[in-house]
Amino acid sequence: MIRIEPRVAPGRLMTLGVPVLSAVIALVLACIPLLFAGANIATAYAEMARGVFGSVFSFTEVLTRATPLIFTGLAATLAFRAKLWNIGAEGQLYLGAMAAVAVGTGLFDLPGVLLMPLIIGFGAAAGAAGMAVPAVLKTRFGADEVVTTLLLNFIILIFVQMMLEGALKDPMSLGWPQSSPILDQGMLPQLIPRTRVHAGLIIALLAAVVAQFMLARSVWGFRLRAVGENAAAARHAGIGVNRSLMSVALISGALAGLAGVSEVAGLKGYLTADLSPGFGYTGIVVAMLAGLSPIGVVVSALFIASVFVGADSMSRAMGVSSYLADLVVSMSLLCVLIGGFFARYRITSTKPVQGAAS
Amino acid sequence: MIDILHILISESFWIASLRIATPLIFGVLGALLCEKSGVLNLGIEGIFVAGAMAGWIAVWLGAGLWGGVLVAAGAGAFFGLIHAILTVPLGLSQHVSGLGVTMFATSVSYFIYRTALPDTTSPPRIEPFQALDIPILSDLPFIGPVLFQQTAMTMLALIMVGVVWYVLDRTALGVAIKAVGDNPDSVDAQGLSVYGLRIGTIMAGSALMALGGAFLTMSAFSSFFFGMVNGRGWICIALVIFASWRPGKALLGALLFGAFDAFQVRLQTEVGAFVPGQVFLMAPYILSIFALVIAARRADYPRALLTPWFKGQR
Amino acid sequence: MTQQKILSLNRLSKQFGTVVANDAVDLDLHKGEVLALLGENGAGKTTLMNMLFGHYLPDSGSIDVAGEDGVMQPLALGHPQAALRAGIGMVHQHFTLAENLSALDNILLGSEKLKSLRRDRARLRARVEGIMARSGLTAPLDELVGKLSVGERQRVEILKALFRDARILVLDEPTAVLTPQEADTLFENIGMMTKDGLSVIFISHKLREVLAFSSRIAVLRHGVKVGEMATSDADQKAIARMMVGADTPEASREIIAPGAPVLKMKGVSLKGQSDRDTLTDVSLTVHANEIVGIAGVSGNGQSALAAALSGMRHPDSGTITVEGVDVTRAEPLAMIRAHVGRIPEDRHHDGMVGAMSVAENMVIERLWDDEFQSRGFLKNEAIASHAERLSKAYDVRGPGIEAKAQLLSGGNIQKLILARVFEQNPRLILANQPVRGLDMGAAEEVRRRLLEARDGGAGVMLISEDLDEILGLADRILVIHSGEVHEIMTRDRSQIGLMMAGEPA
Repeated sequence: MIRIEPRVAPGRLMTLGVPVLSAVIALVLACIPLLFAGANIATAYAEMARGVFGSVFSFTEVLTRATPLIFTGLAATLAFRAKLWNIGAEGQLYLGAMAAVAVGTGLFDLPGVLLMPLIIGFGAAAGAAGMAVPAVLKTRFGADEVVTTLLLNFIILIFVQMMLEGALKDPMSLGWPQSSPILDQGMLPQLIPRTRVHAGLIIALLAAVVAQFMLARSVWGFRLRAVGENAAAARHAGIGVNRSLMSVALISGALAGLAGVSEVAGLKGYLTADLSPGFGYTGIVVAMLAGLSPIGVVVSALFIASVFVGADSMSRAMGVSSYLADLVVSMSLLCVLIGGFFARYRITSTKPVQGAAS
Repeated sequence: MIDILHILISESFWIASLRIATPLIFGVLGALLCEKSGVLNLGIEGIFVAGAMAGWIAVWLGAGLWGGVLVAAGAGAFFGLIHAILTVPLGLSQHVSGLGVTMFATSVSYFIYRTALPDTTSPPRIEPFQALDIPILSDLPFIGPVLFQQTAMTMLALIMVGVVWYVLDRTALGVAIKAVGDNPDSVDAQGLSVYGLRIGTIMAGSALMALGGAFLTMSAFSSFFFGMVNGRGWICIALVIFASWRPGKALLGALLFGAFDAFQVRLQTEVGAFVPGQVFLMAPYILSIFALVIAARRADYPRALLTPWFKGQR
Repeated sequence: MTQQKILSLNRLSKQFGTVVANDAVDLDLHKGEVLALLGENGAGKTTLMNMLFGHYLPDSGSIDVAGEDGVMQPLALGHPQAALRAGIGMVHQHFTLAENLSALDNILLGSEKLKSLRRDRARLRARVEGIMARSGLTAPLDELVGKLSVGERQRVEILKALFRDARILVLDEPTAVLTPQEADTLFENIGMMTKDGLSVIFISHKLREVLAFSSRIAVLRHGVKVGEMATSDADQKAIARMMVGADTPEASREIIAPGAPVLKMKGVSLKGQSDRDTLTDVSLTVHANEIVGIAGVSGNGQSALAAALSGMRHPDSGTITVEGVDVTRAEPLAMIRAHVGRIPEDRHHDGMVGAMSVAENMVIERLWDDEFQSRGFLKNEAIASHAERLSKAYDVRGPGIEAKAQLLSGGNIQKLILARVFEQNPRLILANQPVRGLDMGAAEEVRRRLLEARDGGAGVMLISEDLDEILGLADRILVIHSGEVHEIMTRDRSQIGLMMAGEPA
């Protein structure tokens, strides 16, 4: 006879241990697809490790890859804390990127100190606007935001393609659907010479610290947590639930928009329709792996980025499909979900009582 | 005006409508079943991909078309089982678990596909289901071609509408499924297994979803490619709400959707010169959001939807 | 009456965490008997019955049930299915009905083969109708349960058990949701059924009905059986002492003169989703120094009344003023700032955010107050010292102010809410079922605080389904029925009961 009982209070060890353990298990489970692909397991893991820790450059690649994931992870974290299911970070990322190229490619010929904040501000605002639509549809019409944000991702991506063949198309691109490059003075500065790490990382880290502080210490964060944990009680206690949801929707969208800004203005320099390999969706995994803690997002983004960078280099060396990375990422989400269950509940098995003939 | 009317009365338009609707019919029925038992299944998008890949690769490996259908359904049931274990006995967030299953099913499918066919840019084609040509029935005016010049999978989808309706409305099992989605305690108090009913229903629903995916590779396109599901699963989630969880209305919703899509494709040939093509590509998603907004206010959600239930806790 | 034993519980024990819910309880039931299981809230009555029905697994002990042949056999524990097969039927306090199914489908649920493709509803329906005729219990079989009244739902629950050939029927506080008259009818029906050979255990904490309708009484206190007797030998005072362990101290209530009006409702109508949460043309006044009791059977508009005064819902017409300030369309925050203290009916659902700390729950209504925030940032020290102070003053016991509020017991959660409400010196207090589910001590504390607030000049609106509680506390009594509120002059139980049932008194 198996019973499920809630734990009185999950220990600190559990809260920290579960995500780490889940990540490890997901990595170990990667054996199965590796075997399926006929690869030598030991070599494969060694290649992955080399891809991440092999050189200073390879580690800076992890930092570069983690930058947008921190933004989208934070976007998911804040929204999910309020039980607002923003699954639209992918679309909001593209809106942010589009706004960045709209103002950053020559519309305003400003010095960098002005142009950079302008690009960042416009990108964040565009992302926020992208999340405002489903948030209004939810609070006004009761339309489920999961479905609307998911569908908006498709709409926005098609819109990006349209713009890249139209208004934002680079006339010099010889027919390729891509935007003009961001003006040099508008680009976020490089952090380490001869690597791709850029100032977007600093903004992402700052955003994580601010988010952590606001969540724990501000009245806004208090309200957001209350709404997420028990909206009925929050409303009864005089908290404006819809207002809280709207504000977190805008901030979540803005963070996702910043992911797009940082990719365009920090890394690529111009916008194409394949800017993001699913950073928005992966941000959900990052957030869940972080246990919805903003500081934790930094750590889990680094882990997920390592998986991608490591799998990429292993894939190049051994010919195993790089979809292995997506597989590991999705498995770590499932593992952390299951782990979260064991952190919150205890499974006790009780022996059948004597005389119980069934 | 004349042109629009012309489109609406043409046989080919309605044939196309029903063809476009077919994967949605499977998907909406599957999602409807899961939700009737009280569990939202956002794994649908990934299960579509898995069904499309599994069915196609089975046929490619020589399983035969109906063998492929079975393999696809089995793949759907497998991923459904994962979602069911996470959300039913473990009672985890149905939203996050569903998204996890979508990511997992998608990456497994892509990984297997890439491992089986490492370098191909144009995947091998299979011989897909052909249009049934049923003597007499197919020769009926208008109805004949529209209904019976479809492939066997479209027929199967229409039959499944009847099956799902019959099970939910006319059998003891249906009563139990509806009860477990409204108040699991009612089922538990009568000695039935809440977990068993929900897990079984989710697996069956997921198998149906996978058939929606299989239709794409085995009836519509005859090969598998990345991104081919393209949000169809999410559209189904919106359509279930639009259909207020009724199989008949689900069919209607899918057909309306198919008709709109077929219509805009034809409209595109008329006005394509003035409007960018992407506007038409966006239309299905915008339509889904619109349908959701209209239906949301009076949506009569299954009462126990999204609420986990643990044995022995009341 | 035959003395054939049909059920025996042998030394059943159950512990939840550190709380001993049942400690080696023995209990026998005989054929055709009505056994009343009496005890105050939290005495372990429901836990005991849940073990009998297989919802909980006992830590130790065993259960024997007579088979069809009358031979006692051990019952497999922890399996509702086994209990059902052994002829045990249970009607829970919270009905276990699917509202989207007809009454008939609810009754048939689980007794038909799930694999069968066809249903034989006509035959099964005839059987249900036969049972209805024999037992005197009637319910509209084709109506969706969601549309039935509470009394009808309860009858469906009992029919469900009888349809499964229950020979032992357990009723958990069956009269909690019924008018006194409906309750009497229920007991008449039970009488008919026991003549047919059914044995009944009913759980109650109402002495009056236990003495009137049972044949034997068993009393539980703190999970231990403290007494058992034939009802004919029972003495009311003695049983009451057995239940609580000592003579019950009556809440002493001085009569004081009411002051100026605090709350005025004029012609307030509020249309809800069903008749159960609708108000129709309600006009009433609550004065300072006055407790106004709202008596009524649940589902007669109490929730709409409470929602309107909490700011959770707004009237379609009419006006509400608190101390002359119009609060008709006030949101909860505006209600709080108009000095309305609200003690919600469902304290877990509306009263606290369980995943947040005790300290945070104590200030959640005052986030706007400069005492606890400055420029949008929380003053954590002020919040902590405030929580320490209130915990002491209101005797909130638990793992500490930083612990999650959901770790508190029901009584301590209610004390937390009391602390939050009374600390703001409310002029009007809305207390909706404030003692439901609390143990004697906590309930007494709530009553004392309400009287204290009244004496201090506040007006109190007390909504309760327990007429004895209203008679004990209220200075003035109003009856609510089908969304209408009427003032009554009498304090006579049966007359109030008639009005609660919608009869003109």
